[in-house]
Amino acid sequence: MLLINCPWCGPRDETEFGYGGEAHRARPADPSSLGDAEWAEFLFMRTNPKGAHRERWVHSHGCRRWFNVERHTVTNQILRVYPIGGTDAVAERPVEQVVETKEPKQGSGS
Amino acid sequence: MAKYSIFSLVKNAASHHQNWDRAWRDNRPKADGYDVVIIGGGGHGLATAYYLAKEHGITNVAVIERSWLGGGNTGRNTTIIRSNYLWDESAALYEKSLQLYEGLSQELNYNIMFSQRGVLNLAHNLGDVREGMRRVNALRLNGIDSEWLTAEQVKEFCPIINISKDVRYPIMGGTLQRRAGTARHDAVAWGFARAASARGVDIIQNCEVTGIRRENGKVVGVETSMGFVKAGKVGIVAAGHSSVVAGMADLRLPVESHPLQALVSEPVKPVIDCVVMSNTVHVYVSQSDKGELVMGAGIDAYTGYGQRGSFHVIEHQMGALLELFPIFSRLRMLRQWGGIVDVCPDASPIISKTPVENLFINCGWGTGGFKATPGSGFVFAHTIARGEPHALNAAFGLERFTTGHLIDEHGAAAVAH
Ligand SMILES: Cc1cc2nc3c(=O)[nH]c(=O)nc-3n(C[C@H](O)[C@H](O)[C@H](O)COP(=O)(O)OP(=O)(O)OC[C@H]3O[C@@H](n4cnc5c(N)ncnc54)[C@H](O)[C@@H]3O)c2cc1C
Ligand SMILES: [Zn+2]
Repeated sequence: MLLINCPWCGPRDETEFGYGGEAHRARPADPSSLGDAEWAEFLFMRTNPKGAHRERWVHSHGCRRWFNVERHTVTNQILRVYPIGGTDAVAERPVEQVVETKEPKQGSGS
Repeated sequence: MAKYSIFSLVKNAASHHQNWDRAWRDNRPKADGYDVVIIGGGGHGLATAYYLAKEHGITNVAVIERSWLGGGNTGRNTTIIRSNYLWDESAALYEKSLQLYEGLSQELNYNIMFSQRGVLNLAHNLGDVREGMRRVNALRLNGIDSEWLTAEQVKEFCPIINISKDVRYPIMGGTLQRRAGTARHDAVAWGFARAASARGVDIIQNCEVTGIRRENGKVVGVETSMGFVKAGKVGIVAAGHSSVVAGMADLRLPVESHPLQALVSEPVKPVIDCVVMSNTVHVYVSQSDKGELVMGAGIDAYTGYGQRGSFHVIEHQMGALLELFPIFSRLRMLRQWGGIVDVCPDASPIISKTPVENLFINCGWGTGGFKATPGSGFVFAHTIARGEPHALNAAFGLERFTTGHLIDEHGAAAVAH
């Protein structure tokens, strides 16, 4: 269960939010110049890292505003929350916190 | 490999079951390498190795598993097997797998406890009803058994279900595939491992693949925690970790990894003798041979590699269970766990050659690949051995994401994602 810090409303339970997928993906500026492979890259290919992931969230049951989150996909620790827009400078910034990526023990199935 | 039979059982009973042979050899990587290395010792990887040996005579094969066999999604799923998929391509692939399941215990000489108890998919609104009927017709055109049941017939087939009209999402009917059912998931992995090992395949456990070595753009082997292993061809079958492993060869995939949870209740006497699934209220349930209810629901919305899953997903799933079966209201839940599933944009798998020479990939099964285990291994072995897909997986190549020939199975995947 995530506790997400909405930049406008403060920390709230994840059930108040909607997930918008990988962040920093801009729709191609000149769509007609793109070939099939480039469209496939934009539409379908994702980074899907095991580690720090930059993603979009919306506070659907609160202020309804979008923002970006950097989350560690193994520990679920939220590394930072930062605004949409002015993306480049922010996206290029290195991950501020290094989180130990200890994997959970494998449980038994049934 | 000694054959399992009533005689071997009696014979071993006489010595208090102390002298059974090992089911499979536990190997270290061979110094001179392999014709084929399979990354991932889940059901799909093991089945691939088995069919490589059996159908194509390629026995110089290693399956490399970073943990123990079947410790990934193969050992974590809710074991539902069915072939009621909408599109021709998927129907053919999943039906091939179901047919292989029907003979698998005999073929592997290993009891996988396949139980064709019937799978019901419920409809709760007019959209569901239309989709269900359409799917029944599509399936019949493909020669796959499928029936439409009214609410009363649903009740007759599964007497403990609640078909009251006074609930939020009343049952309006459902589809039934009688040949569908469940199997013992670990046994599927173990049976394939034993049969593959008997045909000469090396099974290497507790060995993590950490890199894919290429020379002049061609794959020549894998780096592992036990050193470099030379390989003529490499097949990636790493389920939740397919992006991570493909990344070792700079290959980007159209998949995202999400946690999916399952849970089991305390064991109770036999009370439900079929599988019930509902996409709309969102739960699927069956009873294990031990008596536990086995339940699953949807994936977490966000990506993740932590094998847990969010609590609110379970709350939702329990609410759905009680709406369908008020009789379970006092039942206690025993355990919960999560697996990481790799989901494709069209909810269909990728079984394909890759742009990297000698590298093959089998992934994107998302929430529904257990039912496909034998079929997946069968066609992937063909793809690796021949360097070309089998007719049954030709449509499931990586190139469909550039050609746009997607196989949209979100409806039949039965898990919202
Ligand atoms: C909770 C849950 C419920 C499900 N319910 C159903 C169901 O009812 N019916 C159904 O059909 N499907 C179901 N599924 C999906 C199904 O379990 C999977 O699609 C299927 O098991 C995938 O098989 P696999 O062999 O590809 O994956 P896995 O069994 O996950 O095997 C992949 C293996 O690769 C190994 N690996 C990963 N990285 C490396 C590395 N670097 N080096 C070496 N080894 C590596 C892993 O340790 C793992 O053992 C469910 C899944 C989950 C999680
Ligand atoms: Zn807010």
